[in-house]
Amino acid sequence: MIQIHKDTAERWGYTGVGALFRSNKVLLGILGLLGLLVFYGLAVGLHGTFTGYRHVYGVTRQIPWGLLISAYIFCVVTSTGLCLVSSIGHVFGYEPYMPIAKRAVFLSITFMLGGFIIIFFDVENPFRMPIYNAFSPNLTSNMWWMGTLYTLYLIALGIEYFFLLDQNHAWSRIFGLFGVIFGVAAHSNLGAVFGMLHGREFWYGPYMPIYFIVSAMMSGGAAIILFTCISWRIDRHIMSRRMERSIKAVCQLTTMLIAIIMFFTIWKIISGVVAPEKYVAIKAFVLGRYALNFWGAEVLLGMVIPFILLIQSEGRDLRKMFIASSFMMIGIFFMRYDLVLAGQIVPVFHSLGVDEYSSLLEYTPSFHEISVVVAGLSFAGVFYLLGERMLNGHQFQKHEIVPPGAYVCPGCGGIHYKKEGESEEESLKRHHRVRKVDRDD
Amino acid sequence: MKFSKINLDTIKDEGLRSVTGLERRAFLKIGFAVTGVFAGGKLLSLVSNVNEAFASSSDFLEQYPYRPHYSMVIRQGLCIDCEQCVTACKETNDVPDYGYRTRILRKRVTDAIGRQREFIPILCNHCNEAPCTRGCPTKATYKDPTTGIVMMDRKKCIGCKMCILACPYEARYFNEEVHAIDKCNFCWDTRLSKGKKLTACANACPTGTRMFGDVSDPENVIYKMVHQIEKQVWVLRPEAGTKPNVFYMKATRSSPWELRRQAEER
Repeated sequence: MIQIHKDTAERWGYTGVGALFRSNKVLLGILGLLGLLVFYGLAVGLHGTFTGYRHVYGVTRQIPWGLLISAYIFCVVTSTGLCLVSSIGHVFGYEPYMPIAKRAVFLSITFMLGGFIIIFFDVENPFRMPIYNAFSPNLTSNMWWMGTLYTLYLIALGIEYFFLLDQNHAWSRIFGLFGVIFGVAAHSNLGAVFGMLHGREFWYGPYMPIYFIVSAMMSGGAAIILFTCISWRIDRHIMSRRMERSIKAVCQLTTMLIAIIMFFTIWKIISGVVAPEKYVAIKAFVLGRYALNFWGAEVLLGMVIPFILLIQSEGRDLRKMFIASSFMMIGIFFMRYDLVLAGQIVPVFHSLGVDEYSSLLEYTPSFHEISVVVAGLSFAGVFYLLGERMLNGHQFQKHEIVPPGAYVCPGCGGIHYKKEGESEEESLKRHHRVRKVDRDD
Repeated sequence: MKFSKINLDTIKDEGLRSVTGLERRAFLKIGFAVTGVFAGGKLLSLVSNVNEAFASSSDFLEQYPYRPHYSMVIRQGLCIDCEQCVTACKETNDVPDYGYRTRILRKRVTDAIGRQREFIPILCNHCNEAPCTRGCPTKATYKDPTTGIVMMDRKKCIGCKMCILACPYEARYFNEEVHAIDKCNFCWDTRLSKGKKLTACANACPTGTRMFGDVSDPENVIYKMVHQIEKQVWVLRPEAGTKPNVFYMKATRSSPWELRRQAEER
């Protein structure tokens, strides 16, 4: 067992493995269940590795990327989004976003690892990957850049998180900036993996990298709201005034990002309708076989319902925000799945008019694929719960740290600094520009 | 606005004699360009030139950058779907039964007059601008610097399947036995490097549908075929911009081309 010095533990908010068993029984039950699911998924995945993925996966020569790639994208999208949204606070210095930083960066690492588990079972020769990525790099390949930049991103996140834990905010800010740079570069490269396939009309173009970054921020916002709501159910102490203000700010940002993604989706469809091969794929999603995926999951669950609920919640009603953000996570998962499939269901020789490729291709995820995804997502869940319990709900201390000479504003929840000899009331008026009005009536 | 009335019956026939060959060609080019648009951009190269399949340049070396520049011409109308090419390919290159390096697509046009069936053999196009080699993260697939063949370095393949998606011709599949992507390499390892002149499929083809050779050599049959006067030569999916080295043309039994088939060892 790793021994952590008492002072360090206090600074880190590390409460030890014991804290886990002091949690309530339901939480322990969920943790156990998720743990079992991880083992189950890994076992099934390994079975697939030894039997050969060709026999157990639903992917084919024509549709080589299926559920696993979609889930991997979902994980890394969420990770990048968490990193980007939280960076508004602790990297770029906008105070309301600061309290979410610790949990967001932790979750960012968690989702990245979950994504790596999934991609491990998708790549046929994963052990060759680090070797030849290093010794035979192809600098024109988006895939190479994506892998390399995500590795750098994960390292930057790790260091950033260490300094966050250690409450060394100057260094955590520097590495946070690296995290943002590598995150944006890596994630837009993931978009470019699709966007630079000029043989695939559906994906080709600069749309993909842009869409990936913006939708990542939306996913990040949703994830922060969702996990903060769950954390609040686990331990109500995490909701300080600052946290309430923070979650409200995230809620507002997420609402705006949903609106942006709505507009992205609308133009994707409208522009797709006029391009011959895109049209076939778009039609399958708007009217055809995948209409339920598109309208039900992507549009209703992913955008419309959360949009309404988040506006209704006004950033205060945690129950509504919880429902909205969990719907969003489901919707976003389908969004990735649809995106990956849409580029592949139209056969490359469709326009040739041959019998073999006259109809659209089909793909159904197999048992093994679903199990591996379950393993990856459950891993993220386990990691999250462990972190939540053992790192004291990612708070800087059990109760908010208020720097000397400052106080938590009862009005806005932010931290205000008092000038010398100033009372709290005077400071409040100064911060909120309340003019002195003498009322003589 | 008034339109002058044209009575088609009274228009004088000017005859074709006054039209020069050059004018006819220019006219044909316009016609093909127009039809090319309506056929989904499928018609590429017109009237005895293949320039448009490459970077347009009169310089011979730049046009066919490899020595020898291996290339295949598929005379689409001659294919009878006997699949001897597919079988020969499987035997020569140890292709497992779940995969293929080449196959024959079938097209049926039920309302056509006369022939209603057409067969289109497909294989790796060994593109000059190969999207698969650009996409591969580890250079496991690469353009051979001398022959221009798109090769696989199997030990480097990580199996990410990027190249399968990048390929506009569906020429690649994952081969479980060799733990790498497998694809047509014009039988480089099994035949060409051993001194043989033809690929297994071209050698096996009984109708002369598949013609194989060096397109950079003016004496070679392939060079002559793609440079025939007034013969339409096209490539598949030109809109992908990959500059393929597998050319397609129409041919019939009565075509003036004397070569019925190309075989080296029968």
